[in-house]
Amino acid sequence: MKRFSELISAIEITNKTNAKIEALVQYFTHAADKDKLWLIALFTGKRPPRPVKSSLMKQWCAELTELPEWLFLESYSTVGDLGETIALLLPQPTHHIEKSLDAWMQELIQLKSKTESEKKAYVLNAWSGLNVQERLLFNKLIGGSFRIGVSKKTLVNALAKLTNMDANQLMHSIIGNWDINSITFDELLLGTHINYDNSKPYPFCLAYALEKELNQLGDVNDWQVEYKWDGIRGQIVKRNGELFIWSRGEELVTQQFPELVEVFETWQYNFVIDGEIIAIKDSSVLLFNDLQKRLNRKNISKKLLEEVPVGFYAYDILEFENKDIREKSLVERRKKLSLIFKQNTAKNIQLSETVAVTNWNALHEIRENSRSVNSEGLMLKQKHSPYHTGRKKGDWWKWKVDPLTIDAVMIYAQKGSGRRSSKYTDYTFAVKKDDGLVTVAKAYSGLTDAEITEISRWVNKNAIEKFGPVRTVKAELVFEIAFEGIALSNRHKSGVALRFPRIKRWRKDKTINDIDTIESVKDLIYANSNNNEL
Amino acid sequence: MIKFTKKGIYCIPGKFYLDPWLPVEYAIISHGHADHARWGMKHYLCHTHTKNILKHRISDDILVETLGYNEPKTINGVRVSFHPAGHIIGSAQIRLEHKGKVVVFTGDYKVKDDYITTPFESVKCHEFITESTFGLPIYKWLPEKVLQQQLHDWILQNKANNRTSVLFGYSLGKAQRIMKLVEGLDEILVHNAIYHSNNAIESSGIVLPKTTRLDGYFNKADVQNKIIIMPPGLLGSKMLTRVPNAATAICSGWMQVRGNRRWRGVDAGFAVSDHADWDGLLQAVKESEAEKVYVTHGSQATFTKYLNKIGIKAQEVITEYGDNELEAAEAKKEAIT
Ligand SMILES: [Zn+2]
Ligand SMILES: [Zn+2]
Repeated sequence: MKRFSELISAIEITNKTNAKIEALVQYFTHAADKDKLWLIALFTGKRPPRPVKSSLMKQWCAELTELPEWLFLESYSTVGDLGETIALLLPQPTHHIEKSLDAWMQELIQLKSKTESEKKAYVLNAWSGLNVQERLLFNKLIGGSFRIGVSKKTLVNALAKLTNMDANQLMHSIIGNWDINSITFDELLLGTHINYDNSKPYPFCLAYALEKELNQLGDVNDWQVEYKWDGIRGQIVKRNGELFIWSRGEELVTQQFPELVEVFETWQYNFVIDGEIIAIKDSSVLLFNDLQKRLNRKNISKKLLEEVPVGFYAYDILEFENKDIREKSLVERRKKLSLIFKQNTAKNIQLSETVAVTNWNALHEIRENSRSVNSEGLMLKQKHSPYHTGRKKGDWWKWKVDPLTIDAVMIYAQKGSGRRSSKYTDYTFAVKKDDGLVTVAKAYSGLTDAEITEISRWVNKNAIEKFGPVRTVKAELVFEIAFEGIALSNRHKSGVALRFPRIKRWRKDKTINDIDTIESVKDLIYANSNNNEL
Repeated sequence: MIKFTKKGIYCIPGKFYLDPWLPVEYAIISHGHADHARWGMKHYLCHTHTKNILKHRISDDILVETLGYNEPKTINGVRVSFHPAGHIIGSAQIRLEHKGKVVVFTGDYKVKDDYITTPFESVKCHEFITESTFGLPIYKWLPEKVLQQQLHDWILQNKANNRTSVLFGYSLGKAQRIMKLVEGLDEILVHNAIYHSNNAIESSGIVLPKTTRLDGYFNKADVQNKIIIMPPGLLGSKMLTRVPNAATAICSGWMQVRGNRRWRGVDAGFAVSDHADWDGLLQAVKESEAEKVYVTHGSQATFTKYLNKIGIKAQEVITEYGDNELEAAEAKKEAIT
């Protein structure tokens, strides 16, 4: 565990990806084969099921420390992580246990079927034989996220650096089906268990933000205009009966979207399609906030599948019947793409609509209205352009709508998790309604570290109640909140839902008298919709 | 005997204040930190070793009287004495006795010996006014020897990797503590602000570990692989970027929690604190045998609630102490001097 503990310390302390990769490379260079495999399993969601419930661990910790529950919870809300809270609260170790990561994991697998008292004896013995950092890791091995900012992609980049192999192939290898007891580290990396030829993705073609006047782009008829959808860029790779979904971050996300897999698997032709994975319900696109609920989950419940169904809008095609057609013009590629959609239909999988325009001027209004369909603006693509590798200026432009803004007052503050667990980083904002206030948004991004520190200090002084993770504060600090869209919603008490709200800036120059009213917020809906039915 | 006022903690019969935060006639000061010793008092009374620190921090022309530890002085019928608080050099608990009743104000304190500050001595009293900076059971400090080992290992590893160790700690208190912890490993270079604090402390006849002043325009070769101590205000500063191959670490009790270590973007965090940990606070409260405990700055709500639950009568007191704000301002000031 010593080496593993050193690795985690090295990774958690830095927020530089390169330093994390370097630490991983060090680990992979020196650790034992099985330990390396476990490390990969732990960071790719392939861990065995939790052998001990966290409620039991909490209970045993309370027994050992003789702390009242409220004090345990107060500690927990300061630390922000259960495994770490327990590690910090437990008494000093009485002896020292040193075992390999593999040994711990094998024991924890065995533990699953033991009785509760056997589990307790095992866990208590481990706790008393490990220091604070090791205990924390032990608790995390039982279950829970390490929260140290190691994505599958980071892991893959480290393996690529170690072996000089292709990162995407490594991604497929570690995501693919493998069993820790019947594979070696080298076999895993070489991908003896997969067929990479079938999954291999292409680099995405990326657009720059529009930086010139529309008429400088030339003839409007040379351009294909589409809505820009705010989901996750994805590549559907269908070859020889196998189907893979790659995200733009070069992660294999196939398992996260069963409803896409189910449909595409039945489609005719082999192809590689570029498009947007979006949350879509009853033919309308949902907010990105909704889609987020579907991401990075190990298991997707039936309820969630019904609540946030996922769809796909196809933008482009890169490979058709095993032939790379990226050099062909957009017009030709679009024809191929249309052909596929003629042969195959599905309600949730659509060809991204093009917007018909005959002059540039008409486009301004269309862009302004793009919010009404929950799109974030327009994409302009040169009709004769090939599918470029990466970001290339000139052929693809994104033309986003300006965000909407309101002024709102902070009413609740909550501590962040992980890196920012000591600071109040998550805020809830309200606007005026009648004589009182009504919550309109929760936001956590957009402030500098210095501002967060200042606000945390203010929250500490102005909290109305003192216990628990959420502080109700005096309604005094005013912020400008930016968001991408707004719609009426009966799920929200205010009657409105903001799309992707974030803090634009802290308005120290404003007081609660200057904030928006719910009426002025609702006016934004009517000002930004094509029809009044919303 | 004691009243908590807008200006600070007031002793009614003695007609003086303890660590007031607004200007008053007569202030008794527990220690030299900015949130406890402020400008604008007509008279200051503090421990002998705090005098030059006050003059250095506030102004040379302030009126300062001093007392040693356990050296009583009577003011308007109140017997005043200082007792070691173990927080920083010159820090004192202030004991007040009037008509048989005893009140102790701790200022800031820590109960464990750090081998540079006069160790904490517990004082029995009727009423005990305690700080609560680290008043949660997650805060438990490692023994000084273990901390020292951790720091040494880190510095030696840096040296082996051809890196310069940069440790961050407040110029008054923490910096001297770090100097003691790393003494003898290598040459210790200190930032100007720390150099001045050291001078103020040494001018009272105290001997500190040997250090070298880090000139603002230092030669990279002169600092390579050595130990540098800087105030936290210099995190992310230009000066830091000029240090060749810097490995950075913050020394603070807040580093106990992982999220805080990562928050500041340093290479390491060591939970080195000049305040009492959870057990230390409880120990001090219990040993005071006080009938009533007043809890000031820190986790006062939690610590007060806990004391009441275990049968010790306690009450929360709102004060203007609390290291954050002033320390931050101080750090900024230090960063530009
Ligand atoms: Zn202090
Ligand atoms: Zn203090």
